[in-house]
Amino acid sequence: MSTPEPRGLPAGYARPAPGTDAPLISPAYRSTAARAPSRPLVALTPGLNELTGPLFGMDRVRPGDADLSRGPSGDALGQRIVVAGRVLDADGRPIPDALIEIWQANASGRYHHERDNWPAPLDPNFSGGGRTVTDEEGHYRFLTIKPGAYPWANHVNAWRPAHIHVSLFGRSFSQRLVTQMYFPDDPLFFQDPILGAIPDPAARRRLVSAYDHALTEAQWALGFRWDIVLRGPLAVPFEPLSEQDHHG
Amino acid sequence: MAEFDTSPIMTSGAAFGVTPSQTVGPFLHLALADPADAWVVPVGTVSGFWLRGTVTDGNADPVTDALVETWQASANDAEVSASVVGFGRCPTDAAGCWAIHTVKPPPTSAADGRRAAPHLAVSIFARGLLDRLVTRIYFADEEEANAVDPVLGELPDPTRGQTLLATPTKDGYHFSLRLQGEAETVFFAL
Ligand SMILES: [Fe+2]
Repeated sequence: MSTPEPRGLPAGYARPAPGTDAPLISPAYRSTAARAPSRPLVALTPGLNELTGPLFGMDRVRPGDADLSRGPSGDALGQRIVVAGRVLDADGRPIPDALIEIWQANASGRYHHERDNWPAPLDPNFSGGGRTVTDEEGHYRFLTIKPGAYPWANHVNAWRPAHIHVSLFGRSFSQRLVTQMYFPDDPLFFQDPILGAIPDPAARRRLVSAYDHALTEAQWALGFRWDIVLRGPLAVPFEPLSEQDHHG
Repeated sequence: MAEFDTSPIMTSGAAFGVTPSQTVGPFLHLALADPADAWVVPVGTVSGFWLRGTVTDGNADPVTDALVETWQASANDAEVSASVVGFGRCPTDAAGCWAIHTVKPPPTSAADGRRAAPHLAVSIFARGLLDRLVTRIYFADEEEANAVDPVLGELPDPTRGQTLLATPTKDGYHFSLRLQGEAETVFFAL
């Protein structure tokens, strides 16, 4: 969707390159038909609310929240994996204190969710939700199990490639991102209209993690590296009207 | 379907290209639906109110698996404690309804130094939305401030500004999010 640049954009405020984000109306992904807006988005000169955002830090994370591999009565079933990487801004600078929330299907491709009726087995030791916060250098690390692929009704013989859903809060409302991480060389990519909706193949590849033997732990878990780049930088000096608590 | 390059990659995030958005999908509740997040300000806060709304699709059907997030950089009304963080989040229910308990933020400065009417920044996530939708919630009873707000005043179709106004109710305000169709909410490109 082409959008004229609004006037008065603050320094450091940049939009992702064209082709990075999928067009909202993507007919191959059928659910877009009744939900994507039919009118063009209106260019917005960002204001205080869009240039700031909640900075949660550790207050939402409890010990163990980054480990999805254990349940109340033992280890979750499936291939144990480490998913780790860094959260950076578009200038390559690390983003510390970024809250990352993830959720995923179990090893059989089933979500622990009342509306998931795909008849693959549930795992009582896998709830599939986790969270963490990046350290001073933007690093994060999860221990989980490799999610299974699952079928859906979008098209004939439709299967979602294995993926982990990921939600991130950066430094501002503008950097908010919800996305999905995939695994290398998944044979289901070619028919997936969600990953395939991203126009630029290079941007698509940025959603695919890389196997990293350095992250693999001997006798324990396979390692996958995935770096996340949020738009920005948005260390924008901004003059508030009055003394306002931006809430650190 | 788009042609696909399945060549292996050696690194990710190379050249710091921005990570694309993907849909939140139907199972966001596994990680993003803490009922405590509806409380931007705690119960009993003076001038606290319920901001209640709906999300509907292009067929006017309720969207029952959406997530609404609100952000107000400042809630420093003198009556509000310094613990106000300003972030609210609520999934829609079986009727497509959501609600957050908050306070009206003060006016803020717009990017060009003009004064913005009190408003919240809003994100909407849902299955079928490949990227979040971004909008603002203004308040219908702030007629004077709204009249000089630079964003409301420069909409390509000024008649659509009505879609950005929360209307007063018994216990606060109501705001309809119409994703598509007749009276579609104004959504912004950030
Ligand atoms: Fe999924």
